[in-house]
Amino acid sequence: MIGIIDYGMGNLFSVSKALERLKVPYKFGERPADIENCDGYILPGVGAFPDAMKALEEHGFIPFIKEKVKAGVPIYGICLGMQLLFEASDEGGETAGLGLFPGRIVRFPGVNEKGESYKVPHMGWNKMNLLKPEEPLLSDVKEEYVYFVHSFVAQTPDPSILYATADYHLDVPAIVGRNNLVASQFHPEKSGRAGMQLLENFCKVMVKQ
Amino acid sequence: MLSKRIIPCLDVKEGRVVKGIQFVDIRDAGDPVELAKVYDEQGADELVFLDISATHEGKKTMIDVVRSVASELAIPFTVGGGIRSLEDIKETLRNGADKVSLNSSAVNRPELLTEGADYFGSQCIVVAIDARYDEEWGTWRVYTRGGRTPSEWKVTEWAEEAVRRGAGEILLTSMNKDGEKTGFDLPLLEAVQGVVNVPVIASGGAGSSEHFYDVFTEVDADAALAASIFHYKETSVANVKAYLKEKGVIVR
Repeated sequence: MIGIIDYGMGNLFSVSKALERLKVPYKFGERPADIENCDGYILPGVGAFPDAMKALEEHGFIPFIKEKVKAGVPIYGICLGMQLLFEASDEGGETAGLGLFPGRIVRFPGVNEKGESYKVPHMGWNKMNLLKPEEPLLSDVKEEYVYFVHSFVAQTPDPSILYATADYHLDVPAIVGRNNLVASQFHPEKSGRAGMQLLENFCKVMVKQ
Repeated sequence: MLSKRIIPCLDVKEGRVVKGIQFVDIRDAGDPVELAKVYDEQGADELVFLDISATHEGKKTMIDVVRSVASELAIPFTVGGGIRSLEDIKETLRNGADKVSLNSSAVNRPELLTEGADYFGSQCIVVAIDARYDEEWGTWRVYTRGGRTPSEWKVTEWAEEAVRRGAGEILLTSMNKDGEKTGFDLPLLEAVQGVVNVPVIASGGAGSSEHFYDVFTEVDADAALAASIFHYKETSVANVKAYLKEKGVIVR
């Protein structure tokens, strides 16, 4: 059973339907007690970082997520759900994150090294460079296109957490992970074949549903 | 780098696609989900559904369409037409759409762009702009209500204002070119691209694969939208992408 963390900040409908297509059982939880003993968790998220941290706290999920990560339970953060796993974000002023990955979330500068401006958000299909193709999450995933849509980007001092990146004027962390905790900047449920493969790998290889 | 996006647009009226009649090889050519699947298989990068329902029931039905598409497809889609309030935006996005496009409602009340962007992020908020060249003004003028009502906005000024208010993408339709099949309106696109720094979707005028090549190489549009040439099978998304790839344009 996959627990979908429902703290009021996500497009839960699409991801839940994607799990149905994969025939993976799931349930939503607005409180930790609703999804206490699931085999794995999905942390979705759309919206602003400060609002999301506040909502996670109000729903009582901050200690819950940290305990589950420590206990080795697989967790997949999606989009803003990935960004929340880092130490802090610049969005809406300095906001602390969950601190489960080293690094912080910054806005795309919108200007490259040559001083030329580029478009923000990073929106559209971009090809992944796989840095850790041996990871179970990446089974049968190739250097395929996935759909990005974000204005803020993760920056980490620890390259060992980078499973895949994409090139958009800088190296954009596309998939990050360490042991049982994985996350993608893009929405796997909106990223065609590769995205569905990632979700399937998470649910069936990492969680063993 | 980002690939150039090809986006078929489906007009939906009372829950039925109104232009998809040439797809005789699918079970129900009026079914938005069936058509969406065909386009997905052909390699469409995104879809736009434009609700042109006149009735309240039709608008309710559109939410069912949104849910069905989100349930069955793994590509992003935008919903426009008749979205007038933050409540409408919430309902559309919560039922699985990735973006909403706001046209007349944004011109009438630009705050709506800000409300939507504050709540969901600007990446979910597309401003759809219909523009026609105005000889008297010497530039393009923005129209609302499906092109029936001229506004007081010059297109470049409205594009800048909409982005300032929170729009994360612009769907720019040339009324001069729409339906002509003589190519996209490159001067209009160039004018708007010159004043904003968000992705721009070119719309109006697509008649051949070459037209897509032109819009991606000459004015560097991020995406291009077409309806009838895909619906009436004058070409397919797959053909357009194969042509672009051969010519060195990055496509998925």
